[in-house]
Amino acid sequence: MDTLLFISQNLDVIAERTLQHISIVGVAIGLAILTGVPIGILITLNQRAADIVLYIAAIIITIPSIALFGLMIPVLSLIGHGIGYLPAVIAVLLYSQLPIIRNTYTAISNVDPALREAARGLGMPPKQRLARVEIPLAIPVVMAGVRIAVVMNIGITAIAAYIGAGGLGVFISRGISQSDPRQLITGAIMVSLLAIASDYALLWLQRRLTPASSSGAGH
Amino acid sequence: MIKLDKLSKIFETPGGGTVTAADKVTMEVPEGEICVLLGPSGCGKTTTLKMINGLIPKTSGKIHVAGRDTDDVDPVALRRSIGYVIQQIGLFPNMTIEDNISVVPDLLGWDRKKSRARAGELLELVNLDPGIFLKRFPKELSGGQQQRVGVIRALAADPPVLLMDEPFGAIDPINRAVIQDEFLKMQKELRKTIAFVSHDIDEAIKMGDKIAIFKDGILEQYDSPDDLLARPKNDFIASFLGSDRTLKRLSLLKVSDVMISSQIRVVAQDPVAKARDLMKEAGHKNVVMVGPRGRARGFLHLNDILDETGRVEEHFQALPTTVHPDDDLRTAVSRMFRHDTTWLACVDDDGFFQGFVTQRAISHALGATYRDHADHAPAEAL
Repeated sequence: MDTLLFISQNLDVIAERTLQHISIVGVAIGLAILTGVPIGILITLNQRAADIVLYIAAIIITIPSIALFGLMIPVLSLIGHGIGYLPAVIAVLLYSQLPIIRNTYTAISNVDPALREAARGLGMPPKQRLARVEIPLAIPVVMAGVRIAVVMNIGITAIAAYIGAGGLGVFISRGISQSDPRQLITGAIMVSLLAIASDYALLWLQRRLTPASSSGAGH
Repeated sequence: MIKLDKLSKIFETPGGGTVTAADKVTMEVPEGEICVLLGPSGCGKTTTLKMINGLIPKTSGKIHVAGRDTDDVDPVALRRSIGYVIQQIGLFPNMTIEDNISVVPDLLGWDRKKSRARAGELLELVNLDPGIFLKRFPKELSGGQQQRVGVIRALAADPPVLLMDEPFGAIDPINRAVIQDEFLKMQKELRKTIAFVSHDIDEAIKMGDKIAIFKDGILEQYDSPDDLLARPKNDFIASFLGSDRTLKRLSLLKVSDVMISSQIRVVAQDPVAKARDLMKEAGHKNVVMVGPRGRARGFLHLNDILDETGRVEEHFQALPTTVHPDDDLRTAVSRMFRHDTTWLACVDDDGFFQGFVTQRAISHALGATYRDHADHAPAEAL
């Protein structure tokens, strides 16, 4: 009951921190798509490059988020952003690379060889093949990677409250330091709800981006 | 026209060795003809086909397509000017049927209205209703329908030359025969120059104006189906064509090729004696009874009426079956065997009696190719 009361009395703060949270994850994932998808496509051209890139992305994802934030403090302090919004965005950007690059790479390299041959045989140059056939077919799988990245990083962003990035993690960190279960529970519930809502929203978007009758193509 | 001149392909194997997939292949597909490249797996037929549109780069030799040396043409432009059909069909699942058919026109920058109108016309050409299919996605079509779309996609920009890589190989036998027939009908009007890879001899005989048989990268024999079946150049070809290759020629010949046109006939009211006299005079053992306007109604067998009197209508038997002059001899022979008879009456579309075909005449026609001096077709077996 206490928690519900706390929530009803603090709706404005909850809304503000939710928006902060969304802003960190949204900007970082947006940038991650802009970098990860082209990298994922490029590495389909070279098996060795693919192995190296996926290996590095896998190593990054194993670094605990607290450690990553700590590592970035001295580096980003050089430009005056050791803590706060920027390191949070960079961390999410880095953690998102593996699911996005790997899913893009898998989707493009798994496009049915017959389709590739038909496209070549009909006279599509490589860029057109990518734009007209391979990328449209890869979108559902790429979107699945984006969904994984978003859900995972909504959790990681909660920890970014410790480096002053704001967001829903502030409820959790203050709840712990002030031994206040109301804030702790509010933060935890909101992070979970945000993750679930984002997942469903992206699932809807994924279905919208999949051509009506080709669902499943490219898997 | 497609002209290959000493075309070779040598692949390097990972072990450092080399494999000659095509060895100095020289051949020419004349304008408007279908040439089937035939042979066992790994014989080089597909490699040869894919070198024509540059999907596999050639090692040496020359290729001319529609009068141009392919070395002088940009590979992408070359492929857009050559229709290409593959066994796996390769319709793009993310595009509607309309967009799939219009892929090459779109690449060539055609006006959208023109290309979409053409997509509709092409669908009608293969008996698919444009109203139903234009906006559908490939997944919603059956295999046979998809392959029809695959074929017309290759025809969309009206290329003079078509390359087909086992185009009907993945379709069930019943649908395959239907699509083959449809395609031959289309080809009669379109007159494309076609290189067609197949491993199925019966398909090759049916589809090909000429057949090129490959083995180990070497073009072993290049001939019309009939010449190939009648005179295989070596043991490999003979065994590849099968020990029943002479029977396969039956499907290449039509009933009209061996039909004996006959004016000898009787009507129901004729006396039996007249029928007997006609048969004895012509040396036949049977005579066909026709209706008042000439439709085949039945027949009389000489031995049955040797001592009979009265009219034909009292003694005739029904014809067990008939053939059409346009039927192939395979059909005719099959009917003869089914009804245990040595001759069949030939009737036209309206049932009018045209003549007859006999087992002797058929075996004579098949044997004629093997004899230096063919004598006249005997009819005494009738």
